[in-house]
Amino acid sequence: MKKLIYMDNAATTPTRQEVLDDMLPYFNIQYGNPSSVYSLGSRSRTAVEKSREIIGNMINAGEREIFFTAGGTEADNWAVRGVAYANKDKGNHIITSKVEHQGIIHTCEYLEKQGFAVTYLDVDEYGIVDLEQLEESITDETILISIMFANNEIGTVQPIKEIGEIAKERNIYFHTDAVQAIGNIRIDVDELNIDMLSMAAHKFHGPKGIGALYIRRGVKIDPLIIGGGQERNRRAGTENVPGIVGMGKAIELAYENLDEKNEKLIQLRERLIKGIFDNIDHVRLNGHPTKRLPGNVNICFEFIEGESLLLSLDMEGIAGSSGSACTSGTLEPSHVLLSIGLPHEIAHGSLRLSLGDNNTAEEVDYVVEKLVGIVSRLRAMSPLYEQFKGGN
Amino acid sequence: MYSEKVMEHFHNPRNVGEIEDADGIGNVGNPRCGDIMKMYLKIEDDTIVDVKFKTFGCGSAIASSSMATELIKGKTIDEAMNITNKAVAGALDGLPPIKMHCSILAEQAIKSALLDYSQKSGVHIDGLEDFDPTDDPHDHH
Repeated sequence: MKKLIYMDNAATTPTRQEVLDDMLPYFNIQYGNPSSVYSLGSRSRTAVEKSREIIGNMINAGEREIFFTAGGTEADNWAVRGVAYANKDKGNHIITSKVEHQGIIHTCEYLEKQGFAVTYLDVDEYGIVDLEQLEESITDETILISIMFANNEIGTVQPIKEIGEIAKERNIYFHTDAVQAIGNIRIDVDELNIDMLSMAAHKFHGPKGIGALYIRRGVKIDPLIIGGGQERNRRAGTENVPGIVGMGKAIELAYENLDEKNEKLIQLRERLIKGIFDNIDHVRLNGHPTKRLPGNVNICFEFIEGESLLLSLDMEGIAGSSGSACTSGTLEPSHVLLSIGLPHEIAHGSLRLSLGDNNTAEEVDYVVEKLVGIVSRLRAMSPLYEQFKGGN
Repeated sequence: MYSEKVMEHFHNPRNVGEIEDADGIGNVGNPRCGDIMKMYLKIEDDTIVDVKFKTFGCGSAIASSSMATELIKGKTIDEAMNITNKAVAGALDGLPPIKMHCSILAEQAIKSALLDYSQKSGVHIDGLEDFDPTDDPHDHH
């Protein structure tokens, strides 16, 4: 078995050993329910609240503004639905974008069936939302703007500060899905005028199944789960104590030496992009060249299909992902790639390699070398490539 | 997700390429959907003596094309006409439900190449009367 080269850190990341070490006692030694009065319980409560404080501090929020969820999608669902239902007497209009995660888009579509109106903002060729269109779309009925911080597929970072200013000026709640950004970009919710923010621990070397929604004090939002009063009556259910402890540790580690880590990641990213562009023709970089996540590479290889690329990479021990129809579980390629204007046949040939702290320059070079062979093999099989060469 | 047979055919596809003086060429699928199959036939005395393919598509599309060429090589036209998508999928030890359209595309590629042969050579082939090579296999889910 070859050593695995893992370049799918936008899908998930390995839990760091230090994080796991901190979590383990909370399964079978310090297992008390945080709501119990005896010391075994109150020690769990202390651990939960310490983690909440750490997470709050990382984004310049108060600990009473952090609400734990089971992950990023849950936080996204809650923010959009919770604000929509709690503010429907004020208006029924929500503004989001065409490149959001399914956790937002499908929730908005669900709300449309409930009588809400949703504007899905266009994006430019890099995937950046149109701020003019945002301003024009706002009506007296608008109750929420939800725009992701950074895109999960193409890595493009949105002009969050500008969006926050527009939202504040017009007195509209602003939610951002920061699942891909947290741990990679420093975020100050006050400076950016963010009212709600979604995060998921497993994207920054924490465990799966735990996330959080930051809700600014004063935001009117319906509770997500009703029950025993946990999370200040907004998200009931016994706390996932090990997960919460792990999330706190993971976010702390993620922001330690962030600039240094990002500098290294950007170097690797540029090395990978350059390697591909220097060695393979008919490729295009998706997303913004500089306003992008430090570890994100998303490239379309013309004339071939993404899933066969992934299967071939897997044979070489390389893990990546694609926005082709065959990997989305539907027959349409990624909505993000179509929204930035790619034709279907090119969108089918996309490859996302998302780098993390564990990747090395040697791995990047190995991947480029393997890609050259794989792309050439698949193109030799492709009638589209044959047609293209015939046409030249 | 895929059977070993699918992976084996994907990594070592049989009969990849073109036939310059092909007697029949089939071209099915479309790039929008992410799969196109092109099949070339060499036919002598009612028998498929050589077959090659080129495919743009996912792993199961490439494996289905490869298996289809194996199933028809050396066979008579009638025998090839009887190869169904289920036979292709079966020979690959099955395909995931969402990928069944790849085997349909393979069946269509065979028929489309035979139709081309029939039109060019004037040889009548039973069973092609109702065949529409532009029929979208994605509708068969």
